[in-house]
Amino acid sequence: MSASAVDKAAAAKPANPALRRWMDFILLIAGLVGVWYGLHLWAGDVALTSPYATVAKLIQLMGQAWFWPHVGETLLALFYSLLIASVGGLGLGTLLGIHRLSGQIAEPILVALYALPKITLYPLILLIFGLGLSAKVAFGAIHGIIPVTIFALNAVRNIKPVYLKTARVMRLTPLQAMRTVWVPAALPEIVSGQRIGFALTLLGVLLGEMFASQQGLGFLIINAIGLNDVPTIMALALLLALFAVTVSSLLLALDRKLHARS
Amino acid sequence: MSRVGWIRLAIVLGAVGLLELLCQTGVIKTMTMIPPSRMAVELWKMAESGKLGAPVAKTLSNVLAAFVLSVALGFIAGLLIHSLPRFRRALDPLLASYYAVPFFVFYPVLIVIFGMSDLPIIIIGFLFGVVAMIINTLNGLDRIPPVLLKVGRMNRMGSLQTALLIKLPSAAPYLFTGVKLAVAYSFIGVIASEFILSGAGIGYDIAYAYNNFDNRTMYALMLFILTTVTAVNMALYIWEQRMLKRRMGGR
Repeated sequence: MSASAVDKAAAAKPANPALRRWMDFILLIAGLVGVWYGLHLWAGDVALTSPYATVAKLIQLMGQAWFWPHVGETLLALFYSLLIASVGGLGLGTLLGIHRLSGQIAEPILVALYALPKITLYPLILLIFGLGLSAKVAFGAIHGIIPVTIFALNAVRNIKPVYLKTARVMRLTPLQAMRTVWVPAALPEIVSGQRIGFALTLLGVLLGEMFASQQGLGFLIINAIGLNDVPTIMALALLLALFAVTVSSLLLALDRKLHARS
Repeated sequence: MSRVGWIRLAIVLGAVGLLELLCQTGVIKTMTMIPPSRMAVELWKMAESGKLGAPVAKTLSNVLAAFVLSVALGFIAGLLIHSLPRFRRALDPLLASYYAVPFFVFYPVLIVIFGMSDLPIIIIGFLFGVVAMIINTLNGLDRIPPVLLKVGRMNRMGSLQTALLIKLPSAAPYLFTGVKLAVAYSFIGVIASEFILSGAGIGYDIAYAYNNFDNRTMYALMLFILTTVTAVNMALYIWEQRMLKRRMGGR
């Protein structure tokens, strides 16, 4: 590459790549809103509310007192099931990762469980836990715990043996080895697992609320579906999508940072 | 079968046996769950009486349609997105959080647009499966070793040759992961939409049986879905392992 080509490449790069990335993201969102508006024009008001009307409906919903207990119920169920899925999955995955044989035995079973349409099991969960919060939490947790376990298992199992040998050569105590070797080596993959676990746990909780429930955003959605109240469906879908994309983007940024470091 | 395989089989059979024992002795009440052996008997009865045929055919054909669409279109979309890095960077957070958005909420919208047919269900199954395929296609294209591309250039391969002889084989394991996930997600999307709102199919029949306290039908159908999905997945898993082994042997 000649000197002038290098100069040109440098000149083509804007001063702030982060800013440009944000601009790209905003452009993409604008494009999506444009597609949405186009679909609205094509399908009509009966099928799809316009972006503006959806936002207006969402703001109107948020201004009402009865709306917030439903949000609170969903967040509470999500919190409990995330707690079970992330802590339980991490513990189980770490154990299976350290003990090689049980990891080999368990992994295909976990992968098979991951692929099951867990919604078929929801009646069973309802029969065990009854209607209410605990059934939703259990349903969210079984969606989230399996990917978290699989990722944690692979994270621990794929730590390079030379790291562990080095820790032994340096005579690190188990606690020191944990802090300086095991955790930093496994953390990036574990965060990836937590990210997928979050998405699936939210899906599980909402599915749980959509079927046999009296509270929560999923219940509001299924109610609106029953009444064919399209503006409410769209407003709630928008709210959930915004929430999911925000949390997921934060975890993705953390994920990228950790992967770049290692 | 390897030693690990035998232990795994023993654990699975042990778990089923324990469940059977707990149900038979009444620790788990019949109101909650019927013994696995009874589920199998009920399923066999349903199959014999011919009650199983119609919903099974409906669900499986919808799953198949959703699967084929998501693999084909997901692969093409993956190729396109990969060739536009700037677009892809902006799209990444959306792809990553895609599965947190419950698509069933758009089911009534789809019914208004496409009418009360199988099409809305297939579209939801497709929406579920397609992104897994896109993500894995991107992953596969990312992991092509640059040295292989250089070898291709040194041999003056055309872009079609490069695609067929270098890109496709080196991305194949990731594409296969995408296919496996697309199968799983097509099943999940189709059965979940049948479950929540539809008039036919296995998912609908399970929800219907639950609402009528018809535990025997419900568990028989659950058993059918769980065994079918697991069998499909195991077949794909074994095929994948063989493919990987052949690859390792070739090196």
